[in-house]
Amino acid sequence: MMKMRRFFDRIMTVIFWMSAISVVMLVMAIVMYIFVNGYESISWEFITQPPRDSMTKGGISTPLIGTIQLVLVSMFFAMPVGVATGLYFAEYSRGDAFTLMLGLAVRCLAGVPSVVFGLFGLSLFVVLLKFGSCLLSAGLTLGCLALPLIVTATEQAFLAVPQEYRDGSYALGATKWQTIYKVVFPAAMPTIITGAILSIGRVAGETAPIIFTGAAFFTPDIAKNIFDEVMALPYHILVLATAGTRIEQTRPIQYGTALVLLIVVLGISSVGIYFRNRFRRSTRA
Amino acid sequence: MTDIQLKVKDLNLYYGENHVLQDVSLEIFRKKVTALIGPSGCGKSSFLRCLNRMNDFIRGAGVKGLIELEGKNIYSKNTDVISLRRNVGMVFQKPNPFPMSIYDNVAYGPRLHGIRNKEKLDEIVEDSIKGAALWEEVKDKLSSSGLGLSGGQQQRLCIARAIATQPEIVLMDEPTSALDPLATAKIEELIRQLKEDFTVIIVTHNMQQAARISDYTAFFLLGELVECGLTTDIFTSPSDKRTEDYITGRFG
Repeated sequence: MMKMRRFFDRIMTVIFWMSAISVVMLVMAIVMYIFVNGYESISWEFITQPPRDSMTKGGISTPLIGTIQLVLVSMFFAMPVGVATGLYFAEYSRGDAFTLMLGLAVRCLAGVPSVVFGLFGLSLFVVLLKFGSCLLSAGLTLGCLALPLIVTATEQAFLAVPQEYRDGSYALGATKWQTIYKVVFPAAMPTIITGAILSIGRVAGETAPIIFTGAAFFTPDIAKNIFDEVMALPYHILVLATAGTRIEQTRPIQYGTALVLLIVVLGISSVGIYFRNRFRRSTRA
Repeated sequence: MTDIQLKVKDLNLYYGENHVLQDVSLEIFRKKVTALIGPSGCGKSSFLRCLNRMNDFIRGAGVKGLIELEGKNIYSKNTDVISLRRNVGMVFQKPNPFPMSIYDNVAYGPRLHGIRNKEKLDEIVEDSIKGAALWEEVKDKLSSSGLGLSGGQQQRLCIARAIATQPEIVLMDEPTSALDPLATAKIEELIRQLKEDFTVIIVTHNMQQAARISDYTAFFLLGELVECGLTTDIFTSPSDKRTEDYITGRFG
C-alpha cells in the first residue's frame, strides 16, 4: 500500500514535469525554427531598406516602422483609458449591478475574435468617423483590442496593493485621490507595466484588426502622419505568403520578417521587464 | 493637570445589524497614556477607529452618540475629517510603511498638508524620526526604502510618520503585537516618552503592557465598557468582578 502511494507520487511528479518541459520545448521549437530559416535574410540593409522589385528584394523598413507606429498609437489610446477603467473597477466601483455589468462587458471584450475588432474598427473609425483607412484607425482598433487586457491587469494590480497602505494614508489625513495618486498607483505600477507589455506583444502581432482599417499591401514610404496608410510586419508576412505572384522567391524574406517581428516583441518585453524590475527595486526593499 | 481632551458619551457603533459598541462613555486625559484592554472581538479596536473616523470606510458602519475633541463633536456635519485625522494620528497593528524612502514616508503627512519648503521638511523629518527614537539607526540612509527596515524599526518609522503632522492625540492599535520582545520594549519606552508631547490611546492584548505603560486603563467586554480608571486602581483593586477575572487570567 505504502509502495503504491509512493509510486503514484512519483508518477504525478513526472507528469507535471513533462507538461512544463513540453511547453518550454514548444516555445523553443518555434523560436528555433524561425531563427534557423530567417537569420540568413537579416542584415543591416534588411532592416533599413524598404521592399523593392515586387517585394522579392530589399528589406522591411517600412513595415517595421509601421508596426512601431501602430503600437504607439494603440498604446497612446489604450493606456490612459484602460488604466483609468481598471482604476475605477478597483477603487471606485461599489459592486452594484451597474459595475457587474461593466465588468462582464470587459471580460466579453477580451473574448471577442480579433477579426470582429477589425470590422468594428472599419465601421466606427474608417466609415462613421471618416478617418479613412489609415494609421489612426488601425492604431485605435488595436487599442480596443488591448483595452480589456490593460483594464484587467490594472484592476488586479490595484487590488493587490495591501489595504494597510490605504489605511496608513487615510489616517494621515489624505483624501482618496491623494491616496491613490501618491501610494496606491506607484505600488501598482510594476504590475500595470507588465500588463501593458503583454498587450503590446499582442497588438504588434495582430493582422486581422488592421487589414480593413489601415494596413497597406505596399507603401513606398513610411507613414508621415496619422492619416497615412501603413505597412505592418504581421500583414507583410501574410501578403508575402499568400498574395504575391512569386511566393517561393520571397520565402527567405517571410522568415526574416517573422524573425524581426519576434525580436521586436521580445525586445519590447525585455525593455518593459527591465524597467519594471528597476521600479520594483526603487519602491521595495 | 488632568484636563479632559476627548470626551465620549453614550457611543453606539453598528456594523450593519451588528451592534459592536453599546453606550460607551469615556474620558481621555491630555498627555496621558490610556490603554484599552479586553479579549478579542470586544470592540476596543472598533472604538479606537471611531476616534479618527476610520470607521467611515466600513460599509454599513453607523455611529450614534457623542465624541467631543476639545469640546467639538467630531461626528457633526461640518467636521473636516482631513484635519481631524491630522490632529488624531494612528499607528496600526502591522507596521505599514509606504513603499517609498524613509524620508518620504515621514514627509508624507506634512506634504499632504501643504508643506513644500525643503528646509522645513528636513527639519520636520529629523525631529519626527528623533521623536520616534529611530534617528541614530537611519540617519545615514534616509533615502533608502522604508521596507528595508526591521519590523520594530518599521513600526517606529510609522510612529515618526504619525507624529510628523503634529497631532495632539496618537492612536495605537496593538502596535507591538507583530514584534519580538526586544522591539516591543523599545516601543514601550518610546510610548513613555511620547506622552511628554502627545496624548496616547493604545489598544493592547497584553495586560502586562497596559500595566507597564499606561496611566489609565479601560476594560472592554462584548462591546461594553466595563470599567475604566487609573491603571494602578484597575490592576490592584478592580471594582467589577469581570475585570478582576480578566486581569487575573481567568478568561481571555
